[in-house]
Amino acid sequence: MVTEAVEVTRVVDRAHRESWSTVLSSVVRLTRDLDLAEDCTQDAFVQALRTWPDGIPDNPAGWLTTVARRLALDRLRRETNLRRKLPLLVEQPDEAEQPTDPLRLVFTCCHPALARESQVALTLRLICGLTTREVAAVLLIGEATAAARITRAKKKIAAAGIPYRIPADHELPARMDVVLTVVHLVYTAGYVATGVELTRADLTGRAIELARMLERLMPDEPEPLALLGLLLMTEARGDARVSADGELVLLADQDRSRWDGKLLAEGVSRATSALQRGHGRFALQAAVAGLHVTAPSWEKTDWGQVVRMYDAMMVSWPTPIVALNRVAARSLVPGADLEAVLVELDALSKEPALATYAYLPATRADVLTRLDRPEQAAEAYKQAIHLTANETERRFLTTRLTNLNR
Amino acid sequence: MAQYMFLLFDSEEWYDNLTRDEWQQAMKLHGEFAAAVEKAGARILGGEALERSNTASTVKNREGAEPLVTDGPFIETREALGGFYVIEARDLDQALELAKLCPSGNIEVRPVMPTTEDAAPPA
Repeated sequence: MVTEAVEVTRVVDRAHRESWSTVLSSVVRLTRDLDLAEDCTQDAFVQALRTWPDGIPDNPAGWLTTVARRLALDRLRRETNLRRKLPLLVEQPDEAEQPTDPLRLVFTCCHPALARESQVALTLRLICGLTTREVAAVLLIGEATAAARITRAKKKIAAAGIPYRIPADHELPARMDVVLTVVHLVYTAGYVATGVELTRADLTGRAIELARMLERLMPDEPEPLALLGLLLMTEARGDARVSADGELVLLADQDRSRWDGKLLAEGVSRATSALQRGHGRFALQAAVAGLHVTAPSWEKTDWGQVVRMYDAMMVSWPTPIVALNRVAARSLVPGADLEAVLVELDALSKEPALATYAYLPATRADVLTRLDRPEQAAEAYKQAIHLTANETERRFLTTRLTNLNR
Repeated sequence: MAQYMFLLFDSEEWYDNLTRDEWQQAMKLHGEFAAAVEKAGARILGGEALERSNTASTVKNREGAEPLVTDGPFIETREALGGFYVIEARDLDQALELAKLCPSGNIEVRPVMPTTEDAAPPA
């Protein structure tokens, strides 16, 4: 049966979104060579576009994996025959799919001997299947820079012998933090996408999937559990974040009945059990998210408790962004001393790490509006509009700026 | 006889546009050096070519804290090179574990470059 070209493209796109890392990681297990594995995975998708019009296989991911692995084996045999030197350096053809394959590849991408910026770029490329151009757009860097980071990381993996495996149980606690951080960054990159769309569901979805895998891998550790809870609670609010006409709606103004109750309940229960077992940074972040989603309204949120969570975070994780979130929460405690808040915000604006961070001037603008200083508030809004990379956010801030003058 | 360690420092840009012939030529020069050492009645006890410095990892062993693994070579500040080991290990993970046991404050872990006859010039 011949299938419509549009339908084939749709199915191949979907397989790319859902199964890229499964196919790729299965090929990596065979070749131990990232470039070769990537080429063969790419070629398998090209073959799918060519042959699926004659009939779409029942199990697209399985089909792609088989084809990609066969292409890889062919190429390895050809190269070995050409050189006639080394025996095949690969494992014998084994089970095509192992459920833990994507996780192995995650631990390779997030190896502590790679720079953080390379870990993130490589994860977006290999695990999320983004093109180099998309990686550049998500990370707000030039395409050449993104390409250089990915190439350099792959070279290091090959030359330095970074293994392709899930660390042993005793190594996991030391390796966990980097992986959780990178998964969180992938989620954040998808949540505040650059360009026209407010979110990239493929990235947020993949990050949640990875968090679920990590939770299953380390059931006794509170932090993977906390990360999953945090992501689920954030995801549950996703739909309410955009209005019917595509505008950004702040947490304060969101219609809480539009939150996804099932995701929320799942997130809250995970956050709660994580908090009973530890107060790592993801547990504290999940606690803040939990305080938001269980409050009946923005005004009735327990802001004092939110500030205390950020206080605790400042002890173990004193980053400028945590400091900014803490001050922003402080400004919302009923009867807050807004002048004092403003002083703290001004101090933070000297932080180089926040120099291009739109939330800082946006928060200042809000505080200045409440202090009834519209001219200064307008300046701050303009600064935030200039800094944001997201079109929907820009429109939102512009509306705020316009409303000041009314 | 006394023993001496030679540390070879060169610009890595040389690798950027390296042809197979130039690589062979460089190998030949090292062969000639080895012959000159023998001829002088001295001996080479060991030696390896190293992969580029951007394939290096550095382990910082800190008192009272977990060892810190970072990407890249050791950037010398007050410390001076005080010794070396050539270790054969399963993979980088094992090498890094062993570096954490090594009685030194900072250990740069650099992969050794294959220089056998059929090895390709480094990428």
